[in-house]
Amino acid sequence: MFNKKNLYRMGLILLTVIVLAILNSVLGKYQVRILNLAGIYIVLGLSLNLINGFTGLFSLGHAGFMAIGAYTSALLTMSAVQKQANFFVQPIVPWLANIELGFLPAMMIGGIVSAIIGALLAAPILRLKDDYLAIATLGFGEIIRVIFTNTQSLTNGALGLKGLTRFTNVPYSWGIALLTIIFMFSLRRSSYGKAFMAIREDEIAAEAMGIDLFKHKLLAFTIGSFFAGVGGALLAHLMGTIDPLMFRFLMTFNILLIVVLGGIGSISGTVISAIIVTVSMEALRFLDSAINLGFVVIPSVPGMRMVLFSMLLMLVILFYQHGLMGRDEITLDTLGGFFGKFKKKEA
Amino acid sequence: MKKISLLLVLVLVLSIALTACSSSSNDVAVEEPTQEVVKFGVFEPLTGANAAGGAMEIEGIELAQELYPEVLGMPIELVVVDNKSDKVEAANAATKLVDQDKVNAVIGSWGSSLSMAAGPIVMDAGIPAVGTSCTNPLVTLGNDFYFRVTFIDSFQGVVMANYAYEVLGASKVAIVQEISNDYSVGLVKFFTDEFIKLTGDADSIVYVANYNTGDQDFTAQLTNIKSMNPDAIFAPGNYSESAMLIKQAKELDITTPFLGADTWETPEFIEIGGEAVNGTVFSTFFDSQVPLTPESEVFLDAYRAKFNKEPASVTALAYDAYILLVNAIERAGSADPAAIRDALAETTGFDGAAGVIALDANGDAVKNAVIKTIENGEFTYLTTIAPK
Amino acid sequence: MSLETFFQHLSNGLALGSLYALIAIGYTMVYGILRLINFAHGDIFMISTYIVFYGVTMFLMPWWVAFVVAILLTGIFGILVERVAYRPLRDSPRISVMISAIGASFLIENLAIVIFGGRPKAFPIPDYFNQVAHFNTISIPFANFFIPIVTLTSLVILLFIVNKTKTGMAMRAVSKDYEAARLMGINVDNIISITFGIGSMLAAIGGILWGIKYPNLIPLLGIMPGLKAFIAAVIGGIGDIKGAVIGGFLLGMSEIMIIAFLPSLTGYRDAFAFILLIAILLFKPSGLMGQNVTEKV
Repeated sequence: MFNKKNLYRMGLILLTVIVLAILNSVLGKYQVRILNLAGIYIVLGLSLNLINGFTGLFSLGHAGFMAIGAYTSALLTMSAVQKQANFFVQPIVPWLANIELGFLPAMMIGGIVSAIIGALLAAPILRLKDDYLAIATLGFGEIIRVIFTNTQSLTNGALGLKGLTRFTNVPYSWGIALLTIIFMFSLRRSSYGKAFMAIREDEIAAEAMGIDLFKHKLLAFTIGSFFAGVGGALLAHLMGTIDPLMFRFLMTFNILLIVVLGGIGSISGTVISAIIVTVSMEALRFLDSAINLGFVVIPSVPGMRMVLFSMLLMLVILFYQHGLMGRDEITLDTLGGFFGKFKKKEA
Repeated sequence: MKKISLLLVLVLVLSIALTACSSSSNDVAVEEPTQEVVKFGVFEPLTGANAAGGAMEIEGIELAQELYPEVLGMPIELVVVDNKSDKVEAANAATKLVDQDKVNAVIGSWGSSLSMAAGPIVMDAGIPAVGTSCTNPLVTLGNDFYFRVTFIDSFQGVVMANYAYEVLGASKVAIVQEISNDYSVGLVKFFTDEFIKLTGDADSIVYVANYNTGDQDFTAQLTNIKSMNPDAIFAPGNYSESAMLIKQAKELDITTPFLGADTWETPEFIEIGGEAVNGTVFSTFFDSQVPLTPESEVFLDAYRAKFNKEPASVTALAYDAYILLVNAIERAGSADPAAIRDALAETTGFDGAAGVIALDANGDAVKNAVIKTIENGEFTYLTTIAPK
Repeated sequence: MSLETFFQHLSNGLALGSLYALIAIGYTMVYGILRLINFAHGDIFMISTYIVFYGVTMFLMPWWVAFVVAILLTGIFGILVERVAYRPLRDSPRISVMISAIGASFLIENLAIVIFGGRPKAFPIPDYFNQVAHFNTISIPFANFFIPIVTLTSLVILLFIVNKTKTGMAMRAVSKDYEAARLMGINVDNIISITFGIGSMLAAIGGILWGIKYPNLIPLLGIMPGLKAFIAAVIGGIGDIKGAVIGGFLLGMSEIMIIAFLPSLTGYRDAFAFILLIAILLFKPSGLMGQNVTEKV
């Protein structure tokens, strides 16, 4: 247990925590917000990576499962007074009206509800292949959103919910992000993780090896939905307000972008690209406004940022399919090797 | 190894980018310790599903800045950020405005849900915000820093219910609501309550049909309505969908009058609807033919001169949000956000381009509603209704 | 429900269904040959409506010239999309191609927002199509007669191309087996380009008719019709041209009839289409018309 590697791992985690604590106290509100978002996108990216990258199930319904987690946790943390103020078109269903839980239990329940619904929905469609599965999951995402729009007394419909306490801070978002990272690494090392990857590589061979395809696919999808729900809950309590339109296909697209850029199947790739995408989405804001190059002023073209991001996705998939990391990971060995070499050069 | 080097380069670039974008605003502050510029943050959807609305409001805000470039001898600078019609982005954009750009006040946004995302952020930062066309009651509720220059759904819904009952003499109304749009759902609620109160008949709303934003085909809903034979159809919603709805109704020979609300006052409503939208009646806050206040004329002249067309009503509202802020700063004698907030809260009898504004305890504008119709492809003034 | 109301619903359903059918034909052709869900199909469809708009308003073309120009340009545009986004990935895993398709779709949409602007534009409808025919209490806009005729004509022409011409034979060969087709001396890349061109031209015809019926142009206009056409294609048995037409009619008709008979469920309309899709995938994955194709390993 207390071998050298584990010690190093703990050291790495401790280092991350210290860096985050410093960042949290030094940075302004705007940067801390981006930091929070990066943490949330790590959770979301990893959950999609588990389904798409590890197991090779192409799912496009992620936003729907986030919505379930976000709404469940929001309805559980809101006070009775807030609920009454929000539900002015139709009163809230009585069994929800007076429940008020803390953030952590609400978030967990959000994740669990999302996992249960994910499992129920996925069970019948998991035998579909590739693009059929993709389009069916995309359908689920849309169906969930349409239902949330129409169930006025449960979700407040299009009016959305507002006045959620904004619990999400750096300890929460990054704490859960770190837990997710650790979970994903250990999952992949476990026999389950190996089975997931066997399914990704060759279903028929995996089945021949005695891997229960259905059970493992369902498990991957359920865990993925759980983390999507948790991510949704974190996002809801960062925003303080949610509505069904937040969970359009565009949200899934953003997460897919993170996974593809990072390298489908790589945990560290997803983590890094979640941070890069979140930061650059904000850092590239200047593209939308007029750019003054000194000698010439390029007039503002709102929308250039999104053009750039869709182009980036295309370029990566066309010319650099492995993304940032391929299926490789940054491990202690590679890090050690890199710095070792560095030291040698210095010497 | 190559990958790690690549990664390190990326991290480097990223951190430079971050420091570059965070330090730029700080540099300004260092160079000018005494603030001589008043900054208005504008957050609007410039891309995404609501881009059209954002573009119309920006027109109004920029026009206002051209006419009133200074306040208290200080130039006003606009900091425009795109909220991409996306709630998460809207919250980021608002945080950037209050935290990075250190704006004195915020204007925006088209779309209540986007304004709601900014609500807690401006409240925490203590920066006043003036909403333009966001009509959802939840925007200002419980938020001392959010105000708006538009009246809210409840008043408009009541006005149209009264119009249907008194002027049209309707006793049976069918409703078509855009179920995915908070604006439409809210209006329908207040209309329904008032109309049932007026008629004393719980069954006076004979049918409620729903559609989703982006739907193009309404023939099934309309055929159902046709068979119910109502006296009027209340169909508030996005102007492009509404125009299609009414066009298809005419093709189905539905002659029942259509009632709607302020979003319809957009040139595209007539362009898309064509002849079919003639005769529709809606409430709004503004008329380009019958100027409501002296400011309306200033606005209209300037707008027509600059764009060579008629303004949309939300353009006038965005213009009002800007000049209301200028006015509040003048009244406060200071561009300090807290002072602006206090001055805003006391607004009464302010002459905006889109009517005389008083702000109530919630920060919502209390103002007259204008009822308009469309005749021969032109918006035509019918009457003005004062709030009770 | 009175008989008149029912017939009115029926006529509405026919019009909507034949529009879906028309777009679905293009969709299904591309799928049949490439086994690829062409997410960008809806966006190619959107481009055609804007070409007509700018043709008529900016270049002052007569409407029929604009229509022809739009159909040709959209065909070329479709071929370009295939060259750029799909051809380089011919031997890649299907998931990569699909991500590329999603990326292409988003790229076209975002470029359209930048170039055309977000404010809706009114499609220039020729007056000829703006008339309405009346039968007793049933009203049928002129376009509603026209759309099924165009759909059926396109179907007949397409069936002729696929079944009777040399190119069509090559298309069928490519869709059955790439490698074998290549060995037989068929230029696979050319055949795929031609298929994309024809599919995109059909999308353009669908786009023009869509514009005539629903003259509200926005850059995101293609998304829903694209998805619905895909669903229609799946219902009919993807890859099967006749099936796509039947699937389109069925989807359009059932969308209308669901509202007609269950008026309280109008808000769930889009969810319904997806539920139908999932049900078909589960219970008859080969679609109503499709033959059972075993997955190639």
